[in-house]
Amino acid sequence: MRPTAALVTVLAAALAATSLTACGSGSGSDPDTLKVSFKQSTDNSIKVMDTYLADIKKQFEKKYPGKKVDLVPIKAPDSEYYTKLQQMLRSPKTAPDLVYEDTFLINSDITSGYLKPLDAYLAKWPDWNQFIDTAKAAAKGQDGKTYGVPDGTDTRGLWFDRRVFRRAGLPADWQPKTWDDVLAAARTIKRKVPGVVPLNVYTGKPAGEAATMQGFEMLLYGTEDTDGGTTDPLYDSASKKWIAGSQGFKDALAFVETVYKEKLGPDVSDALDPNFGTTVRGELLPQGKLGIDLDGSWLPQDWLPGSGHAWADWSKQLGLAHMPTQHGQAPGKVSMSGGWTWAVPAKAANPGLAFDFIKTMQTKANAQKWYVANSGIAVRKDVAADPSYASAQPGIKFFTDLVASTHYRPAYPAYPKVSTAIQEAMEGVTTGDASVDKAARGYDEALRQATDNHVVHK
Amino acid sequence: MTRRAPAAGRAPVKGGAPVPGRAPGTGRAGRIAGRVLTRALPLGPAVALLLLFLAGPIAYCAYIAFTDLQLTGQAHASFVGFDNFRTAFGDDAFLNAVWLTLVFTVLSSLVGQNTLGLALASLMRRASKPVRTLTGGIVITAWVLPEVVAGFLLYAFFRREGTLNAILDGLHLPTQNWLFTLPILAVSFANVWRGTAFSMLVYSAALDEIPQEITEAAEVDGAGGWRRMWHITLPMIRRSIGTNLMLNTLQTLSVFGLIWVMTRGGPGDRSQTLPLFMYEQAFQKSMIGYGTAVALLLLLVGSLFSLVYLRLLRTEV
Repeated sequence: MRPTAALVTVLAAALAATSLTACGSGSGSDPDTLKVSFKQSTDNSIKVMDTYLADIKKQFEKKYPGKKVDLVPIKAPDSEYYTKLQQMLRSPKTAPDLVYEDTFLINSDITSGYLKPLDAYLAKWPDWNQFIDTAKAAAKGQDGKTYGVPDGTDTRGLWFDRRVFRRAGLPADWQPKTWDDVLAAARTIKRKVPGVVPLNVYTGKPAGEAATMQGFEMLLYGTEDTDGGTTDPLYDSASKKWIAGSQGFKDALAFVETVYKEKLGPDVSDALDPNFGTTVRGELLPQGKLGIDLDGSWLPQDWLPGSGHAWADWSKQLGLAHMPTQHGQAPGKVSMSGGWTWAVPAKAANPGLAFDFIKTMQTKANAQKWYVANSGIAVRKDVAADPSYASAQPGIKFFTDLVASTHYRPAYPAYPKVSTAIQEAMEGVTTGDASVDKAARGYDEALRQATDNHVVHK
Repeated sequence: MTRRAPAAGRAPVKGGAPVPGRAPGTGRAGRIAGRVLTRALPLGPAVALLLLFLAGPIAYCAYIAFTDLQLTGQAHASFVGFDNFRTAFGDDAFLNAVWLTLVFTVLSSLVGQNTLGLALASLMRRASKPVRTLTGGIVITAWVLPEVVAGFLLYAFFRREGTLNAILDGLHLPTQNWLFTLPILAVSFANVWRGTAFSMLVYSAALDEIPQEITEAAEVDGAGGWRRMWHITLPMIRRSIGTNLMLNTLQTLSVFGLIWVMTRGGPGDRSQTLPLFMYEQAFQKSMIGYGTAVALLLLLVGSLFSLVYLRLLRTEV
């Protein structure tokens, strides 16, 4: 009897031990293989990043003989990409060596301890001095350390279709002065050009951060709440609290409500499709089915030759206009900037090699190639000063000039949750489930929850 | 479970009243324990695996539900007691999800799958063989399809440019965007479409068990179709009804893929049942702790339903 009891115990223990150690032991990762994960477009014909990374991989493997780069694409809409990434970062078994992180999320992930500070590497990298200050600050944690190397930035504005504008009798050099000008143009398009979506403003949870930043914040940062563009309407840096109950917030929601209530925007069910952004870039704009699009500077990357929706003369058909402030008050135009960074996970097996890969990506030549390929705005001074960059693509000058008057998100650790709360409020007024006041109240409530009550009323 | 027959008196298991003055035989007790262990030995690996892979995760899940673990934006998770549950009951979105879950379950499982399954099974008994084969085949195809495929098919059926609107248009009836105006009804219908086959199969088997002579006797007594159904058929298949309801309900409570593919719980939260709410909290809002607490509550709702059905099953024996 003793032997059997002992046997059972041993068996159970052995089972537990094998399976537990299987979970616990390190990645077993090969020190010569660098795992690089990145976000792959949900549009199968868009291969901008795939192509670029394949090129860098070739350069890297040539420069470091014996090392191998393993590209790990994550194919998901924005809102799901972050979740997948965070799950991978939690365990050394799944954590890649290098990840592509959006700046709005990076502080949140830094707080979670997912990322590794890069200061030691940056100190020994002369090229870091070429980065503009806002770019250097983009991936700085609240502890003052730097956790990511930005691969460009972006700005935002209004894209309008000159073909649609011609049919609607609107000017080809359109530049609205107020929100009402934007709505008026949309109403004209709706009246005169049937079958065309007059105005797209991203909205709702399915669109994720695109709804918050391209949609809502482009409005909110143009309200009186910013005191002429000098203060942040979401976060009060003096008291270190998030702002609830502001009039500007309601005004911005009212704009979104008007767009969808008057059917100036896309059909609500389309607007709430998580892949709507892909549809806008790949179908609606190229096919001339969208009048005005409030969107980012990076759109042309989808129209480059070889991208699947090659559209060589887009700059003849599409015009660009600044997003105006609410009543045309100073400074008259609004832009938001964000961007992505390359970061090294805390649980990466080969952090040193990962930084070498960053260095290969961020040589002047490669950085410039990337800015042009993904229609990004240069964050390296030497590239920005290079005339061949400014003339590489129409639109680069327009969007680079916006950098002077752009706003950055208050990307504190709570920001991703605040962003979701904004998307919920937008979705409420988009579907008509909530009035502006009710949605704003819902936001105040959600804000309290998301920020542990670090809220101030304005 | 197995009652020990008194006839098995040879083994003095229960009759071993200790004789005063003699110490209770440690030797014999040891032998019994040994035998129990020997018998348990073959079960050992299975039990170990179940503990590890079934009980383990459930226990871990129950533990996480009492913490504020987040996917991002948090340095250390801490134990928060019943906070998550308190939050849930004060959260309008949670209550909305509970309500929608009940609507979805009652509509699609109790009313839809169950009743329609029974109706199909009874009708098919009278139908000719080709009709029976064809109907059975079609219904079962819907059941065999993977959830995501079924979800996509019904999405294509209900969407604005979908089949349903094309048919309505052809009949000159007003069309609408079903997934937008009546999302919970659309997903309920989808679940009925997909799950009816299971009920039909269960009831077909149950109906076959009813002895022909009883039905015939009732017929001779002049009982019409409805009365036969109410007084003969239903009482005789009560056991199957109970089992079927239980399986249906539990399956419907946890439907995720179908709704996710069709509406993602939207628009707004108008088709956000508990599993979708749970997913949103845990993975979209990164609040793993809260999401897990909701999962536990869902488990609770499921067990309440099963308790009710188990009681139903017991009283009728």
